[in-house]
Amino acid sequence: MSTQDNISVNLKVWRQDGPNDKGRFEDYSLKDVNTHMSFLEMLDVLNENLMKEKKTPIEFDHDCREGICGSCNLVINGIAHGPEARTAACQLHMRHFKDGETITIEPWRATAFPVIKDLVVDRNAFDRIMSAGGYVTVATGNAPDANALPISKVHADSAMDYAICIGCGACVASCPNSSAALFTGAKIAQLSKLPQGEPERKQRVKSMVEQMEKEGFGDCSNFGECEAVCPVGISISAIATMRTEYVKAMFS
Amino acid sequence: MSSFAYALQTTIGRKILTGLTGIFLTLFLIAHLSGNLSLLIPDGGEAFNRYAEFLHDLGPLLWIAEIILVILFLTHAYIGISIYLNKKKARPVNYSYYKSQGGPSKQNFASRSMLISGSIILLFVILHVMHFKYHLFSPETYMTSYDGQEMVDLAKHVEVAFLNPWIVAAYSFVMILIGVHLKHGVWSAFISLGAKNPKITPVLYTVGGVVAILLAAGFLLLPLYIYINGGLS
Repeated sequence: MSTQDNISVNLKVWRQDGPNDKGRFEDYSLKDVNTHMSFLEMLDVLNENLMKEKKTPIEFDHDCREGICGSCNLVINGIAHGPEARTAACQLHMRHFKDGETITIEPWRATAFPVIKDLVVDRNAFDRIMSAGGYVTVATGNAPDANALPISKVHADSAMDYAICIGCGACVASCPNSSAALFTGAKIAQLSKLPQGEPERKQRVKSMVEQMEKEGFGDCSNFGECEAVCPVGISISAIATMRTEYVKAMFS
Repeated sequence: MSSFAYALQTTIGRKILTGLTGIFLTLFLIAHLSGNLSLLIPDGGEAFNRYAEFLHDLGPLLWIAEIILVILFLTHAYIGISIYLNKKKARPVNYSYYKSQGGPSKQNFASRSMLISGSIILLFVILHVMHFKYHLFSPETYMTSYDGQEMVDLAKHVEVAFLNPWIVAAYSFVMILIGVHLKHGVWSAFISLGAKNPKITPVLYTVGGVVAILLAAGFLLLPLYIYINGGLS
């Protein structure tokens, strides 16, 4: 961690012109980086400089920049979302880097997440898993009374622990096997804890798992790396829950 | 597409099969080790030889057990290898630099080398069966008799083998690898079979480590004892 207000950094950034381009690393150096800037703000400054030099800026995904939208997706120095635990790349500050440090930035790497350009990847595979079963049936007509459906505090809390998944894909990016078990497991576990999820409970786990298989993610080997990089700290209990839900659905 | 046969081929079904076969193989190791340790009873190997004779006399029951063991080994190995091949397909372009975040991650030497440790163990198992069942490396068959009953002196066979420094070294190396494999394997099997209470899972990881150390140490005891002692007694 740097205590200085300004540091210089060397950046090794993955550049790829399009889905079919082979891609390569390009080196940049940036002086007077304010350590109170977020990592994405540092990239904004770099892009400003590139544009002033009439060069193509680096494409990277971002939206809310407050750690809740799940858009940012950078592998920073070999770790998805960078070196700080439970921190999305947008919430990572430059004070966590040393003066003169070389920082490697790569996109999520997985067959199921093809690179669109530079650091931007296509994460539609997650959306297709959600479409396959990540929904609940609701009665149409008048809105039901709030709290009409009793849910125990324990179940509500447990469902919330899984519902905080922002779908960023760091679990896939960091998994040595590129498995999507934590994402899919979190969605299944969340809905399995709530009465609203009950009507589709069995079909949901079958359909979502089947879609996950189709997307070309790898096997889960219980490395637990996904939990370690997850910016919201979802436990791999989600994966064990998905497995028990799947077995229950198969045998009934 | 949600038949039982399909379910077994999904990443979930395969993981459950790996966990189940792994647990049965670990139980087999425990049974195997208790048989081996009977050699340490100072009776000139009589208990061990009688145990071997008892297993041998089971006849068809023994064959069934052997077939089940072969199926367990092959299923476990086949899925392990296919997980590795899937992994290559799921990420054809690797990171130029990759690091573990640490914390709750169980990524370590043991978990990352499951394919390598597993392959060496499989090769060892084949050689081990050739050695002790089919006498590949030491063709003599020693005989002994207890109370007038003739039987194969398997204890002598083991003693001769473990007086050879090369066999002791290779065997010990593989026993350490079995410990390394089980360090991740035992814990992983529990998670694959649905252990999900966050209060219990860290305990399971410790239990896995203890089981791994105990089994490896147990199997190491015999060759080291025989070699250092210059024989069984």
